[in-house]
Amino acid sequence: MAVATTESPLEKALPPPGGSSWRSRRARWDLKFSPYAFVSPFFVLFAAFGLYPLIWTAWTSLHKVELENPDQSSWVGLKNYTDLLTDHNFWNAFRNTFQMGVLSTVPQLLMALGLAHLLNYKLRGRTFWRVAVLSPFATSVAAATLVFAQLFGRDYGFINWVLHFFGIHNIDFQNGTWSAQIAISVIVTWRWTGYNALIYLAAMQAIPGELYESAAMDGANRWQQFRHVTIPGLRPTIVFTIVVSTIGASQLFGEPLLFSGGGSNPEMGGVNRQFQTLSMYFYERGFTDQHLGRAAAIAWAMFLMIVLFVLINTLLARRTRSAK
Amino acid sequence: MATVIPTTAPGRPPRRGRRSGVNMAGKQMHGSKLTYVILSVVVLISIFPFYWTILAASTSNTEINKVPPNWLPGGNLFKNFRAALDNVDMGKALLNSLIVSGCVAAGTVLFATLAGFAFAKLRFRFRNVLLGLTIGTMMVPYQLGIVPLFLLMTKLGWSDHLEAVIFPTLVSAFGVFFMRQYLLNALPDELVEAGRVDGASSLRIFISVVLPIARPAMAVLGMLTFMASWNDFFWPIVVLTSDNPTVQVAIDNLGSGYVPDESIIMAGTLLGTLPVLAVFVLLGRQIVGGIMQGAVKG
Repeated sequence: MAVATTESPLEKALPPPGGSSWRSRRARWDLKFSPYAFVSPFFVLFAAFGLYPLIWTAWTSLHKVELENPDQSSWVGLKNYTDLLTDHNFWNAFRNTFQMGVLSTVPQLLMALGLAHLLNYKLRGRTFWRVAVLSPFATSVAAATLVFAQLFGRDYGFINWVLHFFGIHNIDFQNGTWSAQIAISVIVTWRWTGYNALIYLAAMQAIPGELYESAAMDGANRWQQFRHVTIPGLRPTIVFTIVVSTIGASQLFGEPLLFSGGGSNPEMGGVNRQFQTLSMYFYERGFTDQHLGRAAAIAWAMFLMIVLFVLINTLLARRTRSAK
Repeated sequence: MATVIPTTAPGRPPRRGRRSGVNMAGKQMHGSKLTYVILSVVVLISIFPFYWTILAASTSNTEINKVPPNWLPGGNLFKNFRAALDNVDMGKALLNSLIVSGCVAAGTVLFATLAGFAFAKLRFRFRNVLLGLTIGTMMVPYQLGIVPLFLLMTKLGWSDHLEAVIFPTLVSAFGVFFMRQYLLNALPDELVEAGRVDGASSLRIFISVVLPIARPAMAVLGMLTFMASWNDFFWPIVVLTSDNPTVQVAIDNLGSGYVPDESIIMAGTLLGTLPVLAVFVLLGRQIVGGIMQGAVKG
């Protein structure tokens, strides 16, 4: 506590450098190496189970490798990648992933924004509302999907029963293209809207009240305050949720897999691959067809798409900020 | 891998007492009747699938398919529970999930606190580079590693063993970042320094100074990790079989046609959801607080 005024108090707290006793040497060693020891579990485990697989995948994507004999591989260069360009199943999966990404992310984030605004009022039972709205977050992909698959059932499904009051009759959600994709997007939206609402709520509470006061004094009504004070204040958070949701959406797997209701090839995403995502196609290539090289190429293509998207998003966010 | 845990958002530090639902005087406004009505509808939609699960799990297969549905639970709940336990060995699955999620949560919290402490309060070369690397790892989609990880597990003889789902998820970059952010503010430099003056080693300081202070954040991280691990889906279904499943693998098996009876499927789903739902009901306030805290500190 005595030397708290210096720039780096921790170094100052060292025993005097002159003393070369065993005790002070041990203290110096401790100061020098302990930080590395403390961060090493993360990096050791990451190297083994994160980095090594990553490099292996990059290497494998340039080879022809089969799952039953992974040690035997033959160099094919970029063939696995160029094959993807003419593979209509790949483009189908790409389109489906994109469509379901938009169908789930856009309504999800818009609703979360509105919900956060409501939760930001002074409410009776504040905690109850927050916890209740977040409750879908506690379910698993598998549990949620099985329940919704039943609710979306063709003949006895609850949702078709509700829809018939509006004059809409027995939609076969699972076998249509749009209907299946909408149903899957509903599951994703149901699970994540409350979570995103809380993220927005946290950011809303960090906006200083004076900004609203001065906006009100300038004659801004509530909608104008929301548009010109709340939304700009949330911009970094909004960009963040868009990026995170998109990364999540690009890896969509469990919901469509289980929505197909089993069968022999659930990873096909419906009989006509009408809701097969890139993750499912990756799984089909790697584990059903056992072509590891092709699966690896799909994985890297997915990664490149995500990086590209994050870059575009960051650029757009920067541009809108500088345009202001 | 495959852990869907919330990540932190860039934002400003929270200022307590300033709310955006404010009027001219800068005071927070009360919600109107309409606010409560809309929120009630949202809550109904949020919890309806849970209620439906209970309804379906407690009736028989023929009753489930009645239109309009029965709005009150039936009397077959325990019969269906038993059938689910017999059909896909839900008992073993629950135990397995408890072991896996417990180990992963404990490991993640311990390693994240250690690394978070180092990144927040200790000085060392390459600190910022290493921190950047840690955060960068969050961007990598887990599919990239699935195939080699699977082969690695086969070589280690771990496929279909719980080690295969525990070890790859034992550390989390999000956790490290979360703990660092917390300790940056919550742990005064002076306390660490005082420990040094008293001749305590870094490990000693970690145990007797950092751990007590970090406890609230550790609890939040532990809960979030436990829930994420319990709900993890992709990797467990790749590496585990129905002989040694986690809950999610068992639910997947229920759903993919091994069990034709829908009320048994729902009973199994309910069994798999109940533990984490119980955690959520008991500790919901802290979980909400943790997510919001993680969201603001940037």
